[in-house]
Amino acid sequence: MVATVETIEAVEQATGAYKYGFVTDIETEKSPKGLSEDVIRFISGKKMEPEWMLTWRLKAYRYWLKMTPPDWAKLNVPPIDYDNIYYYAAPKSAEAPKSLDEVDPELLRTYEKLGIPLNEQKMLAGVAVDAVFDSVSVATTFREELAKAGVIFCPISEAIREYPDLVRKYMGSVVPVSDNYFSALNSAVFTDGSFVYIPKGVRCPMELSTYFRINEKNTGQFERTLIIAEDSSYVSYLEGCTAPQRDENQLHAAVVELVAQTDAEIKYSTVQNWYPGDETGKGGIYNFVTKRGACRGDRSKISWTQVETGSAITWKYPSCVLKGKDSVGEFYSVAVTNGAQQADTGTKMIHLGEGSRSTIISKGISAGRSNNTYRGLVEMNKAAENSRNFTQCDSLLVGDTCGAHTVPYMVSRNPSAKIEHEATTSRISEDQLFYCLQRGLDEEEAVSLIVNGFCKEVMNELPMEFAVEAQKLIGISLEGSVG
Amino acid sequence: MSLLEIKNLHARIGDTGILHGIDLTIGRGEVHAIMGPNGSGKSTLSYVLSGRDGYEVTEGDILLDGESVLEMEADERARAGMFLAFQYPVELPGVGGMAFLRAAVNARKRDAGKDEVDQLEFVKMVRAEAKNLGIKDDMLKRPVNVGFSGGEKKRYEILQMALLKPSMAILDETDSGLDVDALKIVSEGVNLLRSVERGMLVITHYQRLLNHIVPDQVHILAGGRIVKSGDKTLALEVEENGYSGLGDAA
Ligand SMILES: Nc1ncnc2c1ncn2[C@@H]1O[C@H](COP(=O)(O)OP(=O)(O)O)[C@@H](O)[C@H]1O
Ligand SMILES: [Mg+2]
Repeated sequence: MVATVETIEAVEQATGAYKYGFVTDIETEKSPKGLSEDVIRFISGKKMEPEWMLTWRLKAYRYWLKMTPPDWAKLNVPPIDYDNIYYYAAPKSAEAPKSLDEVDPELLRTYEKLGIPLNEQKMLAGVAVDAVFDSVSVATTFREELAKAGVIFCPISEAIREYPDLVRKYMGSVVPVSDNYFSALNSAVFTDGSFVYIPKGVRCPMELSTYFRINEKNTGQFERTLIIAEDSSYVSYLEGCTAPQRDENQLHAAVVELVAQTDAEIKYSTVQNWYPGDETGKGGIYNFVTKRGACRGDRSKISWTQVETGSAITWKYPSCVLKGKDSVGEFYSVAVTNGAQQADTGTKMIHLGEGSRSTIISKGISAGRSNNTYRGLVEMNKAAENSRNFTQCDSLLVGDTCGAHTVPYMVSRNPSAKIEHEATTSRISEDQLFYCLQRGLDEEEAVSLIVNGFCKEVMNELPMEFAVEAQKLIGISLEGSVG
Repeated sequence: MSLLEIKNLHARIGDTGILHGIDLTIGRGEVHAIMGPNGSGKSTLSYVLSGRDGYEVTEGDILLDGESVLEMEADERARAGMFLAFQYPVELPGVGGMAFLRAAVNARKRDAGKDEVDQLEFVKMVRAEAKNLGIKDDMLKRPVNVGFSGGEKKRYEILQMALLKPSMAILDETDSGLDVDALKIVSEGVNLLRSVERGMLVITHYQRLLNHIVPDQVHILAGGRIVKSGDKTLALEVEENGYSGLGDAA
């Protein structure tokens, strides 16, 4: 728990609205600003990619040119100048560090400020860390141990070179290139991300964890993650991110694809704490993410857990396509918005297979002048005989200048399928607050306690080492929202 | 110097004046009882003393250990030693009891510049105190006050008092909702906490509680004023004759 303690300390010591707001000075190697076929060729070349990958990217780019950004979310998105973005930036010293000693010390100090020193992480409870700094992975640990189990855990760019058959087979099979505006953009320009392959019958020996971090000015961050769990395998993947403060808005458009074969289970947990911008939202991250999992095999299971506290704008719907018979999809979400933050987030549960089941637990907390929308689709298709969904959607309002919205869509094409939906909206009551104050807790601690109580069901789904940090984060993100 | 001095206290909620000049002094080691009919301002007094938002002092002063607390927020007063056992304890869904109790104890420790409590030792301590009050382990694992019976909630208040060791404890109708057996247990718990260091203000509607927690002084509150004070026999008088006839405001 060393990292946790340090995180807390770092957080407590820091001042200002955003606790991780600092910029590291590392020379970067950039592509020219803007997007063109040449830029895509530059990226592909930098990554030493095979021809098929370049072709795939260019195809995506041509789709993207013809597409328009989605406008159905309850979000106010300022126009984005895609020609004013660097699509590739790599820390200079990051060519190929074989150990932590070879990693830029400046970079290591950044991690320390965040309370996640790699040196200590290595010793921590068996968590492997594939640290992404800007667009290139600069340190990967525990590779050997994983290799022993036959697990592949590496940067996606490496997977494209080393495991082309697997990548070609699965990439774009869950989120097609043309799925949406941002997934098309990502497909054209993604620079890094993780690749995970769990062979048949293998239980991944450790939680896989990646810390994402944006650092370069004007750099869009386009991660691509692909996780494949073969028959009867299991993996738990943790993703968390923080970002330094800056003036320009930063676009983040990641794509995550999960594939679970027969009897396989994937647990994907996220703690998202990107810079939300100043009081007016200026400078915050735009987080436009496409995450989808395919439960391909019978009795397969995919579980998304997310704690979203950061970003100026969040557009994100981790979803499950439940194709396998008796397959299971789960979505547990806490979304906190404060200040001028906007979040439109939820899930899609697409039931295709007989006896498939899904559970959605969403906890939205809005404070300040923020807007927090849950948007969810539950779709029971013709073959989804006796399928079930249960949705619980709770909103908590802190103060009276924020907004909470619940937009459930339900489609049923099979009369034997059952969909249950419950929704509540509440406020932190003055009674509760006073009760806590009377016991000596200050207002912020009281709010943090009450809010964490409100999202308990979701927090319980997080792996232990994440849960402690996430609880702190929720408290921090609500600072200044009362009194 | 007295522990708690209430001087000519006037207070209102919104535009409505509720307390109209209360004088009361409680020394260390003393237990005072306040009795009064419903709506006489007993709970209001407890909230004004503990600094609840919306309860405005318009005149007079409240001194704890000789210092005015009027400028202090509710949480500061709590950490300075003011404790209120609520008439209606509040449910905190999802907030684990142990975590809540520890946060409360640690908040005081931090204020006093002391180390936070050791987690294991704390659990042991809570269990021991809980046992005295007939609180089951299972209840300690549940979220604060959620699904507790009326009696359980009251015991839980006294448990918190035992853990926080306040210098000034206000007990607002701790007897309401308790059956005879529970009343005994809770009273014993309270009596264990009587100490030469601690003052108590026991608010009740009925004399019955005062058979168990025997007060040094009894005050009758009516219409936002203390209309009569006396020793414990005053409570018996009230029991016999009711509140009527005890001063013009009653
Ligand atoms: N929030 C409030 N707003 C206005 N009046 C209130 C409020 N709370 C209590 N009162 C009034 O103040 C008076 C005293 O109430 P309270 O202190 O609860 O009495 P007790 O505890 O002695 O029964 C009552 O007349 C009651 O109606
Ligand atoms: Mg009352």
